[in-house]
Parts: sequence; C-alpha cells; structure tokens
Amino acid sequence: MQDNYLSGGLRGLGRRVTSRIWRLGFASRFLLAILLYSGTALRRFGLTIREIYFTGVLSLVIILVSGLFVGMVLGLQGYDTLQRYGSSEALGILVALSLVRELGPVVAALLFASRAGSAITAEIGLMKATEQLSAMEMMAISPIARVVAPRFWAGVISMPILAALFSALGIFGGYLVGVQLIGVDEGSFWSQMQASVDFREDILNGVIKSFVFGLIVSWIAVFEGYDCEPTAEGVSGATTRTVVTSSLAILAADFILTAFMFRGV
Amino acid sequence: MNRATLDLWVGFFVAIGLAALLFLALKVGNLASTQVGETYRLQAEFDNIGGLKVRAPIKSAGVVVGRVSEIRFDPESYRAVVGMQVDNRYKFPRDTILTINTSGLLGEQYIGFEVGGDTEMLKDGATIKKTQSAVVLEKLISQFMFNKAQDDSGKK
Repeated sequence: MQDNYLSGGLRGLGRRVTSRIWRLGFASRFLLAILLYSGTALRRFGLTIREIYFTGVLSLVIILVSGLFVGMVLGLQGYDTLQRYGSSEALGILVALSLVRELGPVVAALLFASRAGSAITAEIGLMKATEQLSAMEMMAISPIARVVAPRFWAGVISMPILAALFSALGIFGGYLVGVQLIGVDEGSFWSQMQASVDFREDILNGVIKSFVFGLIVSWIAVFEGYDCEPTAEGVSGATTRTVVTSSLAILAADFILTAFMFRGV
Repeated sequence: MNRATLDLWVGFFVAIGLAALLFLALKVGNLASTQVGETYRLQAEFDNIGGLKVRAPIKSAGVVVGRVSEIRFDPESYRAVVGMQVDNRYKFPRDTILTINTSGLLGEQYIGFEVGGDTEMLKDGATIKKTQSAVVLEKLISQFMFNKAQDDSGKK
C-alpha cells in the first residue's frame, strides 16, 4: 500500500517535470515561429498598430497614475530617511535612480503583464476555443502570422514606452511631494539628480531592461493563449498562468540583468 | 473604431513616450552637459586617491572644468595615475597643484585645481606631479588619537 502511494507520487512528479520541460521546448519553438512569421506583422503594420492601441494606449492610464503615486511615495519615504542624515537634498538622486534603474521597468512590466498580457492571453485563448484559429488555418492563413505576431510585437514596442512614461511621471511625482509639498530646495533637487544620473549607465540600461521585459511578457502571454485548452476553464487558467508566470519571470530576469548591468565600479 | 482614430492614438502614445525619454535624457540625466565640447588631456600622479571615481568632476574655484577619464595603478612608482579631460577653454599654469577634496562630509570626491603663478600653461598630455592625496578619515582619526596619547603621556 505504502509502496503504491510512494511510486504513484513519484510518477506524478515525473510527469509534471516532463510536461514542464515539454512546454518550455514548445514555447521556444513557438517563439522561433513568431520571429519567422513576423514578416507579415511588420509589412502590414496596420495590424500591429491596432494591437499597440489595445496593449499600449489602453494601459496608459494605469501606468501614468501608478507611476505618479509610486514617485510620490518615494518622495515621502525617501525624505523621511534622508533627513535623519541631514542630506535631504539627495532626494532627487534617490527618486530618479530608483525609478529609472529598477521601479520604472519592473513595476511597469508587472502592471503591463496584468493589464495587457492577461488580455492578450484571453483573446487568443477565446479565439482558439471558438475555433477561429482553426478556421484561419482552413483558409490557409497562418494564425501565427495574422494573430500572434502582431500582438507579440505590439507588446515589445509598447513596453519601453510605458516604462519611460512610468519613470518620468514618477520623477514628477517625487518632485511634487519633495519640492512643492515638503520644501526640499528645488535647485539642488534637480542639479544633484542631473549630476549623478548617467544617460548610458542608468537611463539606457533601464530602457534595455524594459525591452527585455516586454519580450518576456509578450512571449508568455501569446504562448499561454495559443497553448490553452479550448474550454472556458482552460482560458481562465491560461490567463492566470500568464500573470503568475510573467511576474515571476520579470523579477528573475530583473535580478540577472541588474547583476550584469550595475556591478558598481 | 476606424483606422484614422487608431493611428492618431498610437501616434500620440509613441510621441509622449519619446517625450518622456527626452525628459529623462535631458532633465534627469545630464546628456546635454556631458559633452563639454573640445577637451585636452592631463595626467596626474597621486599617492592615494581615496574614493575618487571615473567621471568625477574636476573643479577650479568651485566651477566644473573637466572630468576624470581614467584611473589606473602604476606598478613601477606604486602610485595612482589619474587621467583627466579638461575643457579646452580653460588653461592652467604649470605649477597648478591638484588636491582631492570631498564635497560635504559624506559627498562625492572631486579633484580641485589650485592655480599657481607660472606664466607657462599646461599642455595637452602633460603630467602633474604636485598633488595632494585624498584625506583618509581613518588615518586622520588615528593621527589625532596618537597625538592625544602623546600629549597625555607628556603631561605626566
């Protein structure tokens, strides 16, 4: 009895591991297929523009509002800590560096995954469940080229723009709280920020980060949608998996990228 | 939604994205002020550079006149060699003394040019030997303690 229980558990574990690895392999092949078929998405750019509207423009409000609030919180918390050491003028550096290097790309990507990534998965999953994808194949239209690739590229293009907006609004929020509300000197707020934020080291690395996060989120979102079980339950499960997997992937990738980019001198 | 409105919105989206990037580059970063036009190179040897970093400012009378471009260790003289890019508009006399200072108590370190009275000016690629090392706080404290101890034992 106990032997059965043990072997059954082991078999289940083995099956789960194999299916994960199988899915990873399938996802990689899928990414390759997207890249191969993306000629259509780029030639008929109207398709991609439509998707940029749905993933990017419609995410603007959540990104802008949360950027502003994150910056304002940073301003308050940063001031509270910095003034204990009598260096509240460094508030500008604190707000700008933490937003441009980390919070901008990461938080914007997390919001993007839950706002746009889940929508992409649900849309593609429903298309699969209602057999629209199969219908396209019947008409000799590749669903990867017509449906998946435009959504993928729209995500990749939108993500850096959203992250830049998040950082800019966050810095503005930090300025509002730090300078206008608390009364940190405006001149030293901006000049210290400008003296220690480097364009290549900090800003461009932040843009590269957000680009990588855009790739990861879009990839996971379209894959989960394409791979989901064509039932109502399957679509809802795939949507949840998109948000969970891409959030974890963003944080892990962020650690790796940070380790490469900011090692200190 | 028709095509034109869609294009308008996406165009607006991309435009404000670029504006945000421009804001980050110009107002937050210092892209505009890093290119100080033409520069010339100077070298200086220090016994100890403390916490000086590449891209640290070079100041004369408090005004930024250049940036540190490289820091390396000379294995023959066992001294630190600091390469500097100084703005072409500013020439300094040959007997200028270089010091490593700290802005504020815990601020970043920079190189200060104490201008001398020589009529000949430093040329491109010149090496400056008259330098003053960074103040290492631990050394200063131990020196103070040592002197204090000596004073106390002298009194007895």
